[in-house]
Amino acid sequence: MSLVYSGVVSHAPGITGRADLCKNIEKRDEFYAKLNQQRLDIEATGAEALIVIAAEHFANFFMDNMPAFCIGIGDKYSGPIEDPEWLKIEKTDVPGAPDLARRLTKEVMQTVDTAYAEEWKFDHGIIVPLHFLTPRYDLPIIPVNINCQGPPLTPLHRAWAFGEALRRACDSVPEKIALVGTGGISHWPATPDSGKINEAWDREFLDRLMRQDKQALLSYTDEETYRDAGQGGFEIRTYLAAAAAAGGKGNLQFYTPDLPIFAVGCTVASFDLAA
Amino acid sequence: MSLYYLQKFLYQLNRDELFQQKCREDIEACFEGFDLNGEEADALRNGDIGLLYVLGVNGQILMHYAAFLGIEWFDYLELMRQGIVKHGPVRAGVYTMTGGGDAFAEEDTHK
Repeated sequence: MSLVYSGVVSHAPGITGRADLCKNIEKRDEFYAKLNQQRLDIEATGAEALIVIAAEHFANFFMDNMPAFCIGIGDKYSGPIEDPEWLKIEKTDVPGAPDLARRLTKEVMQTVDTAYAEEWKFDHGIIVPLHFLTPRYDLPIIPVNINCQGPPLTPLHRAWAFGEALRRACDSVPEKIALVGTGGISHWPATPDSGKINEAWDREFLDRLMRQDKQALLSYTDEETYRDAGQGGFEIRTYLAAAAAAGGKGNLQFYTPDLPIFAVGCTVASFDLAA
Repeated sequence: MSLYYLQKFLYQLNRDELFQQKCREDIEACFEGFDLNGEEADALRNGDIGLLYVLGVNGQILMHYAAFLGIEWFDYLELMRQGIVKHGPVRAGVYTMTGGGDAFAEEDTHK
Protein backbone atom coordinates (compact mmCIF):
# COMPACT_ATOMS: atom_id res chain seq x y z
CA MET A 1 0.00 0.00 0.00
CA SER A 2 1.83 3.13 1.14
CA LEU A 3 1.83 5.89 3.62
CA VAL A 4 -1.73 6.21 4.95
CA TYR A 5 -1.30 8.91 7.61
CA SER A 6 1.17 11.65 8.47
CA GLY A 7 0.87 13.98 11.40
CA VAL A 8 2.69 15.69 14.22
CA VAL A 9 2.26 15.57 17.95
CA SER A 10 4.01 17.15 20.90
CA HIS A 11 5.97 15.17 23.40
CA ALA A 12 7.19 16.20 26.83
CA PRO A 13 7.60 14.31 30.07
CA GLY A 14 5.24 16.67 31.83
CA ILE A 15 2.33 15.66 29.57
CA THR A 16 2.05 12.49 31.61
CA GLY A 17 4.42 13.01 34.51
CA ARG A 18 3.08 16.34 35.73
CA ALA A 19 -0.54 15.97 34.64
CA ASP A 20 -1.71 16.14 38.24
CA LEU A 21 0.08 19.48 38.75
CA CYS A 22 -1.77 21.11 35.87
CA LYS A 23 -4.13 23.87 36.92
CA ASN A 24 -5.80 24.38 33.55
CA ILE A 25 -7.71 21.11 33.68
CA GLU A 26 -10.13 22.06 30.93
CA LYS A 27 -7.33 22.84 28.47
CA ARG A 28 -5.37 19.75 29.51
CA ASP A 29 -8.34 17.50 28.89
CA GLU A 30 -9.02 19.20 25.57
CA PHE A 31 -5.46 18.35 24.57
CA TYR A 32 -5.88 14.76 25.72
CA ALA A 33 -9.10 14.51 23.69
CA LYS A 34 -7.26 15.67 20.57
CA LEU A 35 -4.58 13.08 21.18
CA ASN A 36 -7.27 10.46 21.46
CA GLN A 37 -8.80 11.67 18.21
CA GLN A 38 -5.40 11.34 16.56
CA ARG A 39 -5.31 7.76 17.79
CA LEU A 40 -8.73 7.12 16.26
CA ASP A 41 -7.67 8.78 12.99
CA ILE A 42 -4.62 6.53 12.76
CA GLU A 43 -6.62 3.43 13.63
CA ALA A 44 -9.19 4.31 10.97
CA THR A 45 -6.51 4.11 8.29
CA GLY A 46 -5.89 0.46 9.09
CA ALA A 47 -2.23 1.20 9.63
CA GLU A 48 -0.15 -1.92 10.18
CA ALA A 49 2.83 -0.06 11.58
CA LEU A 50 3.60 3.38 12.97
CA ILE A 51 6.78 5.29 12.22
CA VAL A 52 7.62 7.70 15.03
CA ILE A 53 10.07 10.38 13.94
CA ALA A 54 11.56 11.49 17.22
CA ALA A 55 14.10 13.84 18.69
CA GLU A 56 15.40 11.51 21.33
CA HIS A 57 17.20 12.94 24.31
CA PHE A 58 20.43 11.03 24.86
CA ALA A 59 18.75 7.73 25.63
CA ASN A 60 20.47 5.88 22.81
CA PHE A 61 22.65 8.31 20.94
CA PHE A 62 25.48 10.37 22.35
CA MET A 63 28.27 12.54 21.05
CA ASP A 64 30.60 9.55 20.82
CA ASN A 65 28.82 8.45 17.65
CA MET A 66 25.87 10.69 16.86
CA PRO A 67 23.95 9.84 13.69
CA ALA A 68 22.14 12.53 11.75
CA PHE A 69 19.39 9.96 11.19
CA CYS A 70 18.66 6.53 12.55
CA ILE A 71 15.90 3.99 11.87
CA GLY A 72 15.01 1.23 14.32
CA ILE A 73 14.97 -2.24 12.80
CA GLY A 74 14.58 -4.22 16.01
CA ASP A 75 11.88 -6.77 16.73
CA LYS A 76 11.04 -5.11 20.03
CA TYR A 77 11.91 -2.08 22.10
CA SER A 78 11.63 -1.15 25.75
CA GLY A 79 10.82 1.98 27.64
CA PRO A 80 10.63 4.35 29.24
CA ILE A 81 14.23 4.76 30.38
CA GLU A 82 12.93 7.30 32.87
CA ASP A 83 11.72 6.42 36.34
CA PRO A 84 8.14 5.16 35.75
CA GLU A 85 6.96 6.98 38.85
CA TRP A 86 8.42 10.23 37.53
CA LEU A 87 6.98 9.83 34.04
CA LYS A 88 3.78 8.11 35.19
CA ILE A 89 4.24 5.46 32.50
CA GLU A 90 5.06 1.88 33.42
CA LYS A 91 8.03 0.16 31.83
CA THR A 92 6.90 -1.96 28.92
CA ASP A 93 8.02 -3.72 25.76
CA VAL A 94 6.85 -2.35 22.43
CA PRO A 95 6.73 -4.48 19.28
CA GLY A 96 8.91 -3.50 16.33
CA ALA A 97 8.50 -4.30 12.65
CA PRO A 98 11.93 -5.66 11.74
CA ASP A 99 11.23 -6.94 8.25
CA LEU A 100 9.33 -3.85 7.19
CA ALA A 101 11.86 -1.53 8.82
CA ARG A 102 14.73 -3.18 6.97
CA ARG A 103 12.96 -2.74 3.64
CA LEU A 104 12.21 0.88 4.41
CA THR A 105 15.79 1.51 5.52
CA LYS A 106 17.14 -0.04 2.35
CA GLU A 107 14.97 2.26 0.25
CA VAL A 108 15.74 5.38 2.30
CA MET A 109 19.44 4.66 1.85
CA GLN A 110 19.05 5.17 -1.89
CA THR A 111 18.97 8.91 -1.24
CA VAL A 112 19.78 9.56 2.43
CA ASP A 113 22.60 8.01 4.44
CA THR A 114 20.77 6.80 7.53
CA ALA A 115 22.08 4.75 10.40
CA TYR A 116 20.01 1.88 11.73
CA ALA A 117 19.74 0.18 15.10
CA GLU A 118 18.37 -3.11 16.39
CA GLU A 119 18.49 -1.84 19.98
CA TRP A 120 16.58 1.21 21.08
CA LYS A 121 15.42 2.28 24.51
CA PHE A 122 12.47 4.62 24.30
CA ASP A 123 12.57 7.80 26.34
CA HIS A 124 9.67 10.17 26.89
CA GLY A 125 10.11 11.49 23.37
CA ILE A 126 8.57 8.31 21.97
CA ILE A 127 6.80 6.64 24.86
CA VAL A 128 4.64 9.66 25.75
CA PRO A 129 3.12 9.85 22.24
CA LEU A 130 2.67 6.06 22.23
CA HIS A 131 0.94 6.26 25.60
CA PHE A 132 -1.83 8.17 23.82
CA LEU A 133 -1.65 6.87 20.25
CA THR A 134 -1.19 3.13 20.92
CA PRO A 135 -2.07 2.77 24.58
CA ARG A 136 -2.13 -1.02 24.40
CA TYR A 137 1.31 -1.01 22.73
CA ASP A 138 -0.01 -3.47 20.18
CA LEU A 139 0.84 -1.61 16.97
CA PRO A 140 4.32 -2.36 15.59
CA ILE A 141 6.54 0.69 15.91
CA ILE A 142 9.43 1.84 13.76
CA PRO A 143 11.36 4.45 15.73
CA VAL A 144 13.24 7.03 13.75
CA ASN A 145 15.56 9.68 15.09
CA ILE A 146 16.83 12.97 13.78
CA ASN A 147 19.63 14.61 15.73
CA CYS A 148 17.96 17.62 17.31
CA GLN A 149 19.99 17.63 20.52
CA GLY A 150 23.75 17.43 20.03
CA PRO A 151 25.23 20.09 17.75
CA PRO A 152 26.26 19.99 14.95
CA LEU A 153 22.60 19.28 14.27
CA THR A 154 21.06 17.71 11.21
CA PRO A 155 20.48 20.52 8.68
CA LEU A 156 16.83 21.38 8.10
CA HIS A 157 17.01 20.70 4.38
CA ARG A 158 18.37 17.24 5.10
CA ALA A 159 15.52 16.57 7.52
CA TRP A 160 13.18 17.53 4.71
CA ALA A 161 14.97 15.22 2.27
CA PHE A 162 14.79 12.46 4.87
CA GLY A 163 11.03 12.90 5.13
CA GLU A 164 10.72 12.66 1.37
CA ALA A 165 12.88 9.54 1.40
CA LEU A 166 10.67 7.98 4.05
CA ARG A 167 7.65 8.69 1.86
CA ARG A 168 9.27 7.02 -1.16
CA ALA A 169 10.17 4.07 1.03
CA CYS A 170 6.65 3.75 2.42
CA ASP A 171 5.19 3.91 -1.05
CA SER A 172 7.46 1.08 -2.18
CA VAL A 173 6.04 -1.53 0.22
CA PRO A 174 2.62 -3.19 0.41
CA GLU A 175 1.95 -2.47 4.09
CA LYS A 176 -0.18 0.41 5.32
CA ILE A 177 2.06 2.73 7.31
CA ALA A 178 1.23 5.68 9.54
CA LEU A 179 3.81 8.27 10.52
CA VAL A 180 4.01 10.93 13.20
CA GLY A 181 6.72 13.46 13.84
CA THR A 182 7.03 14.30 17.49
CA GLY A 183 8.83 17.24 18.97
CA GLY A 184 8.27 20.62 20.42
CA ILE A 185 8.09 23.96 18.75
CA SER A 186 9.49 26.76 20.93
CA HIS A 187 10.40 25.55 24.40
CA TRP A 188 13.23 25.55 26.87
CA PRO A 189 12.84 22.07 28.36
CA ALA A 190 14.60 20.97 31.52
CA THR A 191 16.27 24.36 32.03
CA PRO A 192 15.54 27.17 34.47
CA ASP A 193 13.34 28.65 31.74
CA SER A 194 11.18 25.53 31.55
CA GLY A 195 7.59 26.56 30.89
CA LYS A 196 8.54 29.48 28.68
CA ILE A 197 6.87 29.34 25.26
CA ASN A 198 7.13 31.85 22.41
CA GLU A 199 3.56 31.72 21.15
CA ALA A 200 4.09 34.16 18.29
CA TRP A 201 7.02 32.12 16.99
CA ASP A 202 5.03 28.92 17.35
CA ARG A 203 2.07 30.28 15.41
CA GLU A 204 4.28 31.59 12.62
CA PHE A 205 6.01 28.23 12.39
CA LEU A 206 2.71 26.35 12.38
CA ASP A 207 1.37 28.64 9.67
CA ARG A 208 4.37 27.85 7.50
CA LEU A 209 3.99 24.15 8.29
CA MET A 210 0.28 24.00 7.54
CA ARG A 211 0.82 25.85 4.26
CA GLN A 212 3.55 23.35 3.35
CA ASP A 213 5.78 26.35 2.70
CA LYS A 214 9.04 24.51 2.26
CA GLN A 215 11.11 27.60 1.47
CA ALA A 216 9.94 29.43 4.58
CA LEU A 217 10.35 26.36 6.77
CA LEU A 218 13.90 25.77 5.62
CA SER A 219 14.87 29.41 6.08
CA TYR A 220 15.27 29.17 9.86
CA THR A 221 18.87 29.21 11.03
CA ASP A 222 19.83 27.36 14.18
CA GLU A 223 21.01 30.64 15.68
CA GLU A 224 17.60 32.25 15.10
CA THR A 225 15.77 29.21 16.36
CA TYR A 226 17.90 29.10 19.47
CA ARG A 227 17.34 32.78 20.16
CA ASP A 228 13.60 32.77 19.57
CA ALA A 229 12.52 29.21 20.33
CA GLY A 230 15.12 27.82 22.70
CA GLN A 231 17.05 24.61 22.34
CA GLY A 232 13.73 22.78 22.21
CA GLY A 233 13.01 24.58 18.97
CA PHE A 234 15.66 22.45 17.29
CA GLU A 235 13.07 19.67 17.36
CA ILE A 236 11.16 21.28 14.47
CA ARG A 237 13.19 18.86 12.33
CA THR A 238 10.74 16.09 13.19
CA TYR A 239 7.79 18.23 12.09
CA LEU A 240 9.54 19.15 8.86
CA ALA A 241 10.21 15.50 8.05
CA ALA A 242 6.56 14.59 8.65
CA ALA A 243 5.42 17.46 6.41
CA ALA A 244 7.86 16.46 3.70
CA ALA A 245 6.69 12.85 3.86
CA ALA A 246 3.07 13.95 3.48
CA GLY A 247 3.57 16.55 0.77
CA GLY A 248 0.14 18.09 1.37
CA LYS A 249 -1.36 20.91 3.39
CA GLY A 250 -1.68 20.58 7.10
CA ASN A 251 -4.74 20.49 9.31
CA LEU A 252 -3.97 22.02 12.69
CA GLN A 253 -6.23 20.24 15.15
CA PHE A 254 -4.86 21.70 18.36
CA TYR A 255 -2.34 24.18 19.63
CA THR A 256 -2.09 25.86 23.00
CA PRO A 257 0.65 27.66 24.88
CA ASP A 258 -1.54 27.58 27.98
CA LEU A 259 -0.19 24.43 29.59
CA PRO A 260 3.21 25.68 30.81
CA ILE A 261 3.47 22.85 33.30
CA PHE A 262 3.97 20.61 30.27
CA ALA A 263 6.84 22.91 29.20
CA VAL A 264 5.87 22.85 25.53
CA GLY A 265 3.26 24.39 23.25
CA CYS A 266 0.96 21.41 22.90
CA THR A 267 0.25 20.58 19.26
CA VAL A 268 -1.69 18.00 17.26
CA ALA A 269 -1.94 18.15 13.46
CA SER A 270 -2.22 15.96 10.41
CA PHE A 271 -1.29 16.47 6.78
CA ASP A 272 -3.01 15.71 3.53
CA LEU A 273 -1.11 13.08 1.63
CA ALA A 274 -0.07 14.32 -1.80
CA ALA A 275 -0.39 11.79 -4.58
CA MET B 1 36.52 17.87 26.32
CA SER B 2 35.86 17.47 30.02
CA LEU B 3 32.17 18.38 29.61
CA TYR B 4 31.97 15.57 27.10
CA TYR B 5 32.96 13.01 29.73
CA LEU B 6 30.81 14.60 32.41
CA GLN B 7 27.77 14.27 30.16
CA LYS B 8 28.83 10.80 29.05
CA PHE B 9 28.95 9.67 32.67
CA LEU B 10 25.39 10.89 33.21
CA TYR B 11 24.25 9.50 29.85
CA GLN B 12 25.42 6.06 30.95
CA LEU B 13 23.90 6.48 34.39
CA ASN B 14 20.54 7.51 32.97
CA ARG B 15 20.13 4.47 30.73
CA ASP B 16 21.89 1.67 32.61
CA GLU B 17 20.28 0.30 35.75
CA LEU B 18 23.38 -1.75 36.61
CA PHE B 19 25.53 1.37 36.42
CA GLN B 20 23.01 3.14 38.63
CA GLN B 21 23.38 0.44 41.24
CA LYS B 22 27.18 0.62 41.06
CA CYS B 23 27.09 4.40 41.48
CA ARG B 24 24.97 4.08 44.58
CA GLU B 25 27.46 1.62 46.04
CA ASP B 26 30.79 3.17 45.01
CA ILE B 27 30.71 6.26 42.84
CA GLU B 28 34.50 6.66 42.96
CA ALA B 29 34.94 3.34 41.16
CA CYS B 30 32.43 4.44 38.53
CA PHE B 31 34.56 7.46 37.64
CA GLU B 32 37.17 5.19 36.06
CA GLY B 33 37.32 5.71 32.33
CA PHE B 34 35.78 9.17 32.48
CA ASP B 35 38.23 12.06 32.17
CA LEU B 36 36.68 14.30 34.82
CA ASN B 37 38.33 17.25 36.51
CA GLY B 38 38.05 17.79 40.24
CA GLU B 39 35.13 20.20 40.06
CA GLU B 40 33.13 17.83 37.88
CA ALA B 41 33.82 14.84 40.09
CA ASP B 42 32.80 16.85 43.16
CA ALA B 43 29.58 17.90 41.47
CA LEU B 44 28.75 14.24 40.87
CA ARG B 45 29.78 13.17 44.38
CA ASN B 46 27.51 15.83 45.82
CA GLY B 47 24.66 15.51 43.33
CA ASP B 48 25.08 19.25 42.76
CA ILE B 49 22.44 19.99 40.13
CA GLY B 50 23.17 23.72 40.12
CA LEU B 51 26.87 23.28 39.46
CA LEU B 52 26.28 20.58 36.84
CA TYR B 53 23.96 22.95 35.00
CA VAL B 54 26.51 25.75 35.14
CA LEU B 55 29.22 23.37 33.91
CA GLY B 56 27.09 22.88 30.82
CA VAL B 57 25.26 19.58 31.24
CA ASN B 58 22.31 19.41 28.86
CA GLY B 59 19.00 19.58 30.70
CA GLN B 60 17.74 16.54 28.83
CA ILE B 61 20.49 14.61 30.58
CA LEU B 62 20.38 16.52 33.84
CA MET B 63 16.65 16.17 34.50
CA HIS B 64 16.90 12.39 34.36
CA TYR B 65 19.79 12.50 36.82
CA ALA B 66 17.71 14.70 39.11
CA ALA B 67 14.90 12.15 38.96
CA PHE B 68 17.44 9.43 39.79
CA LEU B 69 18.40 11.46 42.87
CA GLY B 70 14.75 11.74 43.83
CA ILE B 71 14.62 15.50 43.32
CA GLU B 72 11.14 16.85 42.62
CA TRP B 73 10.54 18.86 39.45
CA PHE B 74 10.20 22.31 40.96
CA ASP B 75 13.16 21.68 43.24
CA TYR B 76 15.16 20.68 40.18
CA LEU B 77 14.34 23.98 38.47
CA GLU B 78 15.17 25.92 41.60
CA LEU B 79 18.51 24.16 42.05
CA MET B 80 19.56 25.24 38.56
CA ARG B 81 18.59 28.82 39.32
CA GLN B 82 20.56 28.71 42.55
CA GLY B 83 23.49 27.29 40.62
CA ILE B 84 23.51 30.33 38.35
CA VAL B 85 23.39 32.67 41.35
CA LYS B 86 26.19 30.81 43.13
CA HIS B 87 28.48 29.90 40.24
CA GLY B 88 27.63 32.42 37.52
CA PRO B 89 26.46 31.89 33.94
CA VAL B 90 26.59 28.56 32.16
CA ARG B 91 30.18 28.04 31.10
CA ALA B 92 29.98 25.59 28.22
CA GLY B 93 27.65 23.56 26.08
CA VAL B 94 24.41 24.38 24.34
CA TYR B 95 23.14 26.77 27.01
CA THR B 96 25.91 29.33 26.89
CA MET B 97 23.54 31.59 24.99
CA THR B 98 20.38 31.05 27.04
CA GLY B 99 18.79 33.44 29.43
CA GLY B 100 19.38 33.35 33.11
CA GLY B 101 16.18 31.62 34.09
CA ASP B 102 13.96 34.68 34.39
CA ALA B 103 11.04 33.42 32.35
CA PHE B 104 9.53 30.82 34.57
CA ALA B 105 7.09 32.85 36.62
CA GLU B 106 4.00 31.23 35.19
CA GLU B 107 5.17 27.70 35.87
CA ASP B 108 6.22 28.70 39.35
CA THR B 109 2.61 29.46 40.16
CA HIS B 110 2.03 25.74 40.25
CA LYS B 111 4.08 25.41 43.41
